[in-house]
Amino acid sequence: MTLSRRSILTAAAASALTVPALPRLAHAQSAAIKIGVLNDQSGPYTNTGGATSVICAKQAVQEFATAQGLSVEVISADHQNKPDLAVSIVRQWFDRDGVDMLLDVPTSSVALAVQSVVREKNKVYLNSGAASSALTGEQCSPNFIHWTYDTFMLAKSTGGAMVKAGGTSWYFLTADYAFGKQLQSDTSDLVKAAGGTVAGASQYPFPGTTDFSSFLVQAQASKAKVIGLANAGGDTVNSIKQINEFGINKTMKVAALLMFVTDVHALGLDVAAGLNLTESFYWDLNDKTRAFTNRVKDKTPKNWPNMVHAGCYSATLHYLKTVHDMGAAEAKKDGVATISRMKAMPVEDDCFGKTTIREDGRNLTPAYLFEVKKPSESKGPWDYFKQVVHTPGEAAYRPLADGHCSLVKA
Amino acid sequence: MFGFSRPQWIAFLVMVALIVVSPFVLYPVFLMRVLCAALFACAFNLMLGYVGLLSFGHAAFFGMGSYVTAWTMKFWHLDAFFAMALGGLTGAALGLVLGYLAIRRSGIYFAMITLALAQMVYFFCLEAPFTGGEDGIQQVPRGHLFGFIDLSNDMTMYWVVAAVFLGGFLMIHRIIHSPFGQVLKGIRENEPRATSLGYRTDDYKLIAFVLSCGLSGLAGGTKALVFGIATLTDVHYSTSGEVVLTTLLGGLGTVFGPAMGALIVMSMENYLAQAGAWVTVIQGGIFMLCVLAFRRGVIGEIANWRKLTL
Repeated sequence: MTLSRRSILTAAAASALTVPALPRLAHAQSAAIKIGVLNDQSGPYTNTGGATSVICAKQAVQEFATAQGLSVEVISADHQNKPDLAVSIVRQWFDRDGVDMLLDVPTSSVALAVQSVVREKNKVYLNSGAASSALTGEQCSPNFIHWTYDTFMLAKSTGGAMVKAGGTSWYFLTADYAFGKQLQSDTSDLVKAAGGTVAGASQYPFPGTTDFSSFLVQAQASKAKVIGLANAGGDTVNSIKQINEFGINKTMKVAALLMFVTDVHALGLDVAAGLNLTESFYWDLNDKTRAFTNRVKDKTPKNWPNMVHAGCYSATLHYLKTVHDMGAAEAKKDGVATISRMKAMPVEDDCFGKTTIREDGRNLTPAYLFEVKKPSESKGPWDYFKQVVHTPGEAAYRPLADGHCSLVKA
Repeated sequence: MFGFSRPQWIAFLVMVALIVVSPFVLYPVFLMRVLCAALFACAFNLMLGYVGLLSFGHAAFFGMGSYVTAWTMKFWHLDAFFAMALGGLTGAALGLVLGYLAIRRSGIYFAMITLALAQMVYFFCLEAPFTGGEDGIQQVPRGHLFGFIDLSNDMTMYWVVAAVFLGGFLMIHRIIHSPFGQVLKGIRENEPRATSLGYRTDDYKLIAFVLSCGLSGLAGGTKALVFGIATLTDVHYSTSGEVVLTTLLGGLGTVFGPAMGALIVMSMENYLAQAGAWVTVIQGGIFMLCVLAFRRGVIGEIANWRKLTL
């Protein structure tokens, strides 16, 4: 059969008519405050952030702004873990779309890349998804708050517990970009300070690596006691699966340095049972976290909130409280002033309880070390964790003086 | 001057008018992205459209240009003019080395060799310390042009990018319509005959390749300056693929086609960005439609319909 140009055009026109108009392309009415959620919606961090982050931000808007008569619009975009794409989206958001607050932004390389744009445009940047502790260290900014967790806190909580339990020699499997390197170096420092040794490390290209077998063989050959996974999201899930397939978990202990409840859900308890991991939020911690989860879980039944999602809720809520307190017009005008007001106001919400924000932009959330339950111990859907250690926020993070943030006066 | 025919003059003036008017209507940073992509596509078209060689590794020159410009701006604090020029020279120098190896073959072999060499450049960029690996070179200052024009303002930057694009465009047009360009077209149509007429075709092809790569490097450097960032995306093979798509969509072997293609492809990426993963599906669909129904591309079809040379 030969296709004539006319028939192709007719078919194309007909199909174009049947495609429903893309709803999100429609321009909404201008709102008083505009929040832009920028995260990974198609790659390895889709479940750890993705649509659930947007839902949690909208939940905060619904709970607070609607009651106060503040009109708030939430928009979102997929940065595909590419720093250059993120920079161009964020520029456009600030210049054209009137976005006032940038939220979530996982993937440390992207998070660091947009930091300077936010500062240049004097907007507000609340990061929940990225881990690199450099964000509140040498790369800190007066327009920025790091909300939920960071590499130092993970290293201290998970790494510290592993060393204490006898895991004194480490081999790292590291995602080769800002986050992985930072997590590896933070954990190495901690292991060495506790008297342990680092046998070696394999750095793999990110994103795009799905086969970790050659790196795992190297790890096994190193004869280290612990294999430290300095990666996140889908990469962690894939590497743990392959560690199980190779039987490496029988000779080495696995330290998943950044793992979320959503990753455990993806792995299944059969594979994940017994792993130690650190989060600053878990849905079943107390009555308030359960109440929060009950409010949002129907909107995202397949992906219950993890700490990044809870952080998006908490950060949005506190931002809106601050905006309400200082007036929307004032808040839109000056990002630095909004951030300093946010640091001064006490933070309290259902997810993290009461926290304080340090002058370097670090929100001091508590750190919980969890152990993943065995399948027999799990009583219901998403019942995955046993709490092992609780570190209060003041002790969980890097001491203020060690970060070398220029905002901190010595 | 420049060897424009009458319809080409009209098309050129329309294009210049659009470039002058559009920043007052559309977002200038987006337009700068279009212009950088357009220059890149025009440079690529010089090879594919006029020498008939499909290079599948042009991202290597684009990306290296952007890395060098970003690096020299950030760490050497060069003037923006010299940084962009160095970007272009890097593209040309790399083109000379890789082209010297690649132009010995044509057709699919040429495409595969350029792809393989570009992948080597990609892995070099991934591992070399100066590129920042997966993070890229971030927070590149826009700096000053000639020491006194401050580029941090978007509109100022826009006029500079527009000037770079028009300069590159006119240069390519001049090359195509020079005796040298006629020889290139002769090689495209029948290489053995060109050889029999006494032309050393390899030298001609290599010179065209180096010119194309130099302009690609310039486009990459300009892009790095606009966005203040140079990353692996610029050297990735998908960038090589995108420039092929851009050129075919706009009109292969037409002077204005690649610019039109860049406008279409970048607009799709920009205005459909909210549709997430669907962007690539839509791009693929349009590409198939174009190949099946409009094989000459947008400008090529218009030219064919009006019996013009554009």
